[in-house]
Amino acid sequence: TVECKAIEKEAVMKILVAVKRVVDYNIKVRIKPDGSDVDIEGVKMGINPFDENALEEALRLKEKGIATEVVAVSLGTSASQDVLRHSLAMGADRAILIETGADADANLQPLAVAKLLKSLVAREQPNLILLGKQAIDDDAGQTGQMLAALLNYPQGTFASTLQIEGDEAIVTREVDGGTETIILALPAVITADLRLNEPRFVKLPNLMMARKKPIETINAAELGVNLDARLKLIQVSEPAVRKAGIKVGSVEELLNKLRAHEGILV
Amino acid sequence: MKILILAEHDGVQLSPSVRQAVTAAQFWNSPVHVLVAGNGADAVAVAQQAASIHGVERVVHANASHLAHPLAEDIANLVASISQGYDVILASHSSFSKNILPRVAALLDVAMISDVLEIKADNTYVRSIYTGNVLTTIQSTDSVQLLTVHGSNFTVANLGSNAEIVNTETPAAFKKASWKSEIRSQSDRPALGSAKIVISGGRSLGSAEKFEQVLSPLAFKLGAALGATRAAVDAGYAPNDIQVGQTGVVVAPELYIAVGVSGAIQHTYGMRDSKIVVAINQDPDAPIFQVADYCLVADLFDVIPELTAAIQ
Ligand SMILES: Cc1cc2nc3c(=O)[nH]c(=O)nc-3n(C[C@H](O)[C@H](O)[C@H](O)COP(=O)(O)OP(=O)(O)OC[C@H]3O[C@@H](n4cnc5c(N)ncnc54)[C@H](O)[C@@H]3O)c2cc1C
Ligand SMILES: Nc1ncnc2c1ncn2[C@@H]1O[C@H](COP(=O)(O)O)[C@@H](O)[C@H]1O
Repeated sequence: TVECKAIEKEAVMKILVAVKRVVDYNIKVRIKPDGSDVDIEGVKMGINPFDENALEEALRLKEKGIATEVVAVSLGTSASQDVLRHSLAMGADRAILIETGADADANLQPLAVAKLLKSLVAREQPNLILLGKQAIDDDAGQTGQMLAALLNYPQGTFASTLQIEGDEAIVTREVDGGTETIILALPAVITADLRLNEPRFVKLPNLMMARKKPIETINAAELGVNLDARLKLIQVSEPAVRKAGIKVGSVEELLNKLRAHEGILV
Repeated sequence: MKILILAEHDGVQLSPSVRQAVTAAQFWNSPVHVLVAGNGADAVAVAQQAASIHGVERVVHANASHLAHPLAEDIANLVASISQGYDVILASHSSFSKNILPRVAALLDVAMISDVLEIKADNTYVRSIYTGNVLTTIQSTDSVQLLTVHGSNFTVANLGSNAEIVNTETPAAFKKASWKSEIRSQSDRPALGSAKIVISGGRSLGSAEKFEQVLSPLAFKLGAALGATRAAVDAGYAPNDIQVGQTGVVVAPELYIAVGVSGAIQHTYGMRDSKIVVAINQDPDAPIFQVADYCLVADLFDVIPELTAAIQ
């Protein structure tokens, strides 16, 4: 029928969002006494803040009728199911876990993540891929750009606004000393800055419902990607602590202290 | 062995951070080449600026209309196309290099080491993780070392040299990305990234008007740049591009004055390298005091005007 044809013609716009499970941003991470690695046993974990912005943006595009499906993906051990449940509770349509062993997860580096995501992109064929601009554990800020390169897609990093117009994405990027606006032909990779939006709160009933939703699991080993760490960890250490400060009782005392440092107040 | 530095510039002026990258590159004791990509006569002038840096053996210059704005796709393809023979590719850490170099890394199938604080050995580096809470020493196993360096940890190389400039072919434009516009912040104050004194205000300032009224006179008297916390920026008290911290600017001035700033790690990440830190906060337990040299427990609305008046 005519109606059916209209539906068939309806453009599909699928968005893939990568969400990483990281140590909660409020936690000050400790290191193991032998300095071999950080100690995150039993530490509060959560979704990487920038990835929450990425997901929020995808959901808003769906609510505006621009996107048709939002798929969240996380890479790691089965523990990463919790950030996928969180993503489903926020409103993602589907969730995929690319499961690695615990050792592989601990050594999973941006290039390997990008390669795994690339093979998922080949299966899912999204029109838009959203990531966080950086993971707050490794602070690398590389995966989105690497994925874009591997796919030969255009990239819009550190996005603070995103508009989809036809088959183009208009991205405002946060750059040193200002902003820059670029236009990308879809499919494209975009990485989210915090400024992109204010992520919604997850309501408890939604979280309960998300518990019952399926999470598709793909074994990372089946994707034929070499997960060996290119960067070997030698040791971790605490940064030098600043010398304890001096309490000053008044503006005058403060000024006297500062004047004692040559050339500061001229 | 040869080293390639990707140079940042604004079309007219070479970024001073290139000279810090040149200093970092001396670690390998090998010829250092600098890639200047741009368009037109202005870009040629930028290449000449790069050629004057001591420690640079050669400037490789790519000049093409599609390089007028540094799109990651085009610059990454260019770097990859000339990467043969280079064992180290580096740049100073900035939004420019963070955008481009990971893309180069994937094209070359090598890892990238972001924001290196210290170069320990040919392939071993110290960088920070967990928002600066932990330092990590890592060794790259790749044949090409690809990294960005934390500019302020390396001295600025001198000028006055005269390296050769060699033109290079530019790969065809990628075309799936195009530049539309940019907004550069305008201010009569010194640039935040290079100011000798920075005064940062927090959410406690209460409004955009008070942020300006309370902090501007002090900034004016000290010749300081203004900074802000994310909470202050989010509340609309201060413009976006003066946010200091993990998601903003990283500063290392001679003097940093934190006014009504709680001192969240995401903020202190951006100012912990400051020489002298003054914190003014009414809460004696505010974490900012842990990173301050001089701590004044007081109401900012009382002491900032007092401080301003006391400075000639
Ligand atoms: C992923 C991520 C990235 C982030 N990136 C950044 C970043 O780059 N930069 C950044 O700054 N933040 C960043 N944040 C936010 C950060 O965690 C803090 O929320 C923020 O720095 C707090 O700002 P504030 O100190 O202005 O506000 P608050 O934490 O609300 O502190 C206000 C302070 O003012 C004091 N005060 C109140 N009234 C007065 C008065 N009259 N006189 C004196 N003192 C007074 C209070 O005692 C308090 O300590 C990030 C957060 C996340 C999750
Ligand atoms: N293990 C992972 N699972 C899901 N997404 C990831 C993972 N690692 C990195 N990412 C994505 O890549 C972004 C940048 O990470 P990074 O390059 O490690 O700073 C993150 O914000 C995520 O969106």
